[in-house]
Amino acid sequence: MNDEAVPLLEARAVAKHYGPVVALRSADLSVAPGEVHALLGANGAGKSTLVKCLTGVTRPDSGTISVAGRAARARSPMHAARLGLSPVFQDPALVPDLSVAQNLRLTRSSVDAVRSQLSAMDLQVSFHELVGDLPLPILRMLDLARALTNDPQLLILDEITAALPSDLAERVFDVMRQRRESGRSVLFITHRLAEVIATCDSATILRDGQDVGTMEPKEGGESRIVEIMLGPEAAKAEAEASELDEADVPVAAAAGEADAVLEVDDLKVGAVQSISFTLRRGEILGIAALEGQGQDELFEALAGQRKADGGELRVAGEAFRPRHPYDAIRRKVVLVPPDRLLALLPQRPVRENVAAPLYNSARRWGPINMREEGKRVRRAVDALQIDMRAAKQVRRLSGGNQQKVTIARWIASGFAALLCNDPTRGIDVGTKRQVYALLRELAEDGAAILFFSSELAEFPLVCDRVLTVYGGRVTAEVAGAAADEATLLQAMHGLQLDEAVA
Amino acid sequence: MPEAIERESRLRGVQRFLVDNPVVVLAGVLALLFVLTDLVNRHEVGEPFVTWNQLSTTFLVAAPLGMIAAGQTLVMLTGGVDLSVAFTATAAAFATAWQGGNGTTQGILAGLAVGLGIGLANGIGVGIFHVNPLIMTLGTSSVTFGLLSIYAGKSFEKVVPGLVATLGSDRFFDYLPANLIFWAAMAAVLILGLRYTGYGRMLYAVGDNEVAARLAGVRVWQVLVTVYALCGLFSAFGGLLLVGFTNNPDLGLATPYLLQSVAAVVIGGTSIFGGWGSYSGTIVGVLILTVLGSLLTLLNSEEWQRQVIYGGIIIVLTAIYARVSGAE
Amino acid sequence: MSATAAAPMEFRGAAPWRRALRLHGWTVAVWLVLLALVPYWRSLSEQDFKFDLSSLAIDALPLCFAAMAQAIIIISGGIDLSIGSLMAVVNVLSAREMVDMSFGKAIAFSVLLILLTMLASGFTGVVITLTRIPDIVVTLGMLFVWQGVALWIMEIPGGGVPIDYADLALGDLGTTGIPNATIAVFAALLLVWAPIRWLRPGLAIYAVGSNRNSAYLSGIGVARTRVGAYFLAGLFTGLAGLALSASSGIGDPNSGTTYTLNSVAAAVLGGVSLLGGVGGLIGVIAAAYVLTLSKIILLLRGTDPNYANVYQGALIILVVVIGGLLTRKTRS
Repeated sequence: MNDEAVPLLEARAVAKHYGPVVALRSADLSVAPGEVHALLGANGAGKSTLVKCLTGVTRPDSGTISVAGRAARARSPMHAARLGLSPVFQDPALVPDLSVAQNLRLTRSSVDAVRSQLSAMDLQVSFHELVGDLPLPILRMLDLARALTNDPQLLILDEITAALPSDLAERVFDVMRQRRESGRSVLFITHRLAEVIATCDSATILRDGQDVGTMEPKEGGESRIVEIMLGPEAAKAEAEASELDEADVPVAAAAGEADAVLEVDDLKVGAVQSISFTLRRGEILGIAALEGQGQDELFEALAGQRKADGGELRVAGEAFRPRHPYDAIRRKVVLVPPDRLLALLPQRPVRENVAAPLYNSARRWGPINMREEGKRVRRAVDALQIDMRAAKQVRRLSGGNQQKVTIARWIASGFAALLCNDPTRGIDVGTKRQVYALLRELAEDGAAILFFSSELAEFPLVCDRVLTVYGGRVTAEVAGAAADEATLLQAMHGLQLDEAVA
Repeated sequence: MPEAIERESRLRGVQRFLVDNPVVVLAGVLALLFVLTDLVNRHEVGEPFVTWNQLSTTFLVAAPLGMIAAGQTLVMLTGGVDLSVAFTATAAAFATAWQGGNGTTQGILAGLAVGLGIGLANGIGVGIFHVNPLIMTLGTSSVTFGLLSIYAGKSFEKVVPGLVATLGSDRFFDYLPANLIFWAAMAAVLILGLRYTGYGRMLYAVGDNEVAARLAGVRVWQVLVTVYALCGLFSAFGGLLLVGFTNNPDLGLATPYLLQSVAAVVIGGTSIFGGWGSYSGTIVGVLILTVLGSLLTLLNSEEWQRQVIYGGIIIVLTAIYARVSGAE
Repeated sequence: MSATAAAPMEFRGAAPWRRALRLHGWTVAVWLVLLALVPYWRSLSEQDFKFDLSSLAIDALPLCFAAMAQAIIIISGGIDLSIGSLMAVVNVLSAREMVDMSFGKAIAFSVLLILLTMLASGFTGVVITLTRIPDIVVTLGMLFVWQGVALWIMEIPGGGVPIDYADLALGDLGTTGIPNATIAVFAALLLVWAPIRWLRPGLAIYAVGSNRNSAYLSGIGVARTRVGAYFLAGLFTGLAGLALSASSGIGDPNSGTTYTLNSVAAAVLGGVSLLGGVGGLIGVIAAAYVLTLSKIILLLRGTDPNYANVYQGALIILVVVIGGLLTRKTRS
């Protein structure tokens, strides 16, 4: 990296506060031309605020931002694009009730240019489709294609790979590589450290609204990143905890001996053609699959959100045919959905969120035993170490804490089987570790857990065994310890596990 | 520098307190209105307004709106709205008057049954058939009005039961309106119920995020059907209090109360989107509107002036509230 | 590890026929309902078709315009409870001033009134976007304000309009027999709405109603668009008020009260989703006609006018229930 070269993007002492909350204290960021630069930090560290300042979504209180040496204080996302900063946000800037073509017309993007960018990524979709009919991953790719047509100096990718299947994520990495080769740069915001190490040249880490370090990911590796992100003491505690995690990979607890909590027999729903498995007490069973292989339908059917088209379900040996989440919850089968916005009551306090399922039946509509409720809630909050400082309204909590609330409610109500669909999506490393540890603890206490994650690295850390799903069927069963990325990916693509990886 | 920070953080503390307790702000506004009305009253009539008699009258007049706005509060907490409250109240009043000749109990039960019935219809439409509340309650109000117009034309004997008349217009010890006692009792039930019962929690949950409520196992349709039924019941209470006061059921009995009920709830700090609010706020909102009405009457304002001021107040008050709560 | 696919990865949403059904199905259905009502109507009526068509068109004219105004605002993600009152203001103002005017002057005055109505409606939009108070609340407040203004302008019904002017609403186009009222509606649709709807400003209105945040990130000036929607709707509200004056011949400060809620009903029946971003004005026009026609049919049957209210209310509910069951949409 050439120190004399003018940095492509230079942000200095950017600060922003929302009322009494200081989102950014003073952040510096410097991206060189021809660089893929990661922006890392725990939830609440200020990443999204910094990005919003750069891209004109919000106006910073102070600080300077310049692109290629020239001042670049964006007044709006469109203005930012004109300055050479093109963002791709986690929620695509596409309106559901209009067609793709109409959406492009709104941003004055050339339909042909976007289409050719899409083809370059080996993707195809009819532009007459209504955006609301298309699945989220392709919308993200469309957003990306649109951003690319501006040939931006700095492409800003905000958590684009979250919930993107690995095949599409690969295309994104290809794009990032191409940008670098053409002398442009990419600012890559993500929680996935493995991706950072694999694709990024340098990384800036934010903590508590300030930048606390810039480094080359390949040199330090994950542990170094985590150390900087969490601060030295916290990092040490984390390291010890994670060492325990990894050393503690359990042997599939005398398989077959533990009671069967949930039995799935030839289940058919949505993209699922036929899936069968048994979930036992004390085990964490992983489901690994590419996008759209039926994992969402599987969880929805088990949780009572959706009716199965065929097959049989049993809970504790008895037939289980849930038609409403209430039916599932009554049989102690509970769900942590992939989108926490679906599970939370934003304006209500933590206490009400955690206690909500307790009153879901008309029988419980009477007076509340406040002391009993307080005890239950407190127990759950403590188990999850939820930060109760902003407890009055759940929407004021950070993403990680919100996710904890969605799990806490089931601890407060009690359950036999916990269905976790991507429970660590979009939360910071520290909280993730806490979630892994908690899941393992729950399993040890006898819970049965079904676990899906879009981050393959999590499977060996959490699961006793993993089922891979492809084409609507189970393609392989792998023991937790052996569930490394390569093995899983093979099976997820439907390839036999005996074949060697190229 | 440190003092500035200290001052600022104290100010923030005050702001936070006001946001989390909007009733305080509203009570302040109400007090202001009383003072204003008092001044105007002294100027116009030469007498103070803040007398026991006037206060008593204010509460007497406000109680029916207090009931109708109670039902509206519950519905708005779930993110809906009930545009049929006025005609439901009127229909209940008529039902009571028609059956009043057969006895007090029969009369009152008839009125309450009508309110409950209309409310149930609304609840079924909204909860089971997923009709938008605006449309559903609009429809039932249209149907109710039509049916009322038909039957009002026919000559039935209208007898307002004694108990209802007492409840609607009497005052104990010269100053304590009977309906205020009733209102206070209902208020206690509502405020405590919303805060300390599972049903109250469910109302807030469904209003805040219906999807999340469902995922937590709540059968949302049950909550919606019951809340609209309750709203109908409270509208019926309001109608009974009204007819107890006027002693004559009339088609236009409760018409102005529709928009006033929405206004009272909104002014009281309940979010129109649901999931946030309280009945205590609505109570203050009801009182504010009632005192405002007295003030405007005193000013000998013409009807048109009253309307303009009314509208302006609604906007200004909610704007202040939005600013204070920091528009999250 | 990138997939070496021979063919590009294709993503599919909904089949084209399903998309067409979603976009236009409701509109077609409402027009079919309207056409289906015609034979029944004719069988009851003793007048000739030309007369009947004329009466229907005249009767429905104010509601058509009011519903179009409301539809535009609902599509943009809002709602306006003050349309009826604003209509009343236009009605009384025009009836008061136009009593002694010549045709030409009346037309000029009408244009002025429409501009003022647009400004008034735009003002409401500005208040909504600036104060960030929900539109139901602001327009509820404006309902009272405009009602007051209408009462101030004219306390009791009175005034009048020049005969030629009234003829604009009451008459027919030359010898074609097509009621002016119908032409007026479609003229407004084609000359005002159609050009806007398919260009960027119209797409922006739909976008803001569909998902405000995505619209913002797409670079649309959200506040500007919302105010613009209210401003544009004001044109139709003005036309609605003038239609009242022309067709009734007098000004009545209380004339607007039923139009607010009926405009919402007509918009919803016409296929506009209360969630925003969905629907069009062609269906709304048909819905306004359907509502008016169903009232006429009931009167022809000798039904007590009050029963007419009952039936209309029940009809609205029924249609929305059925419509809801047919188009169960899940929106995030």
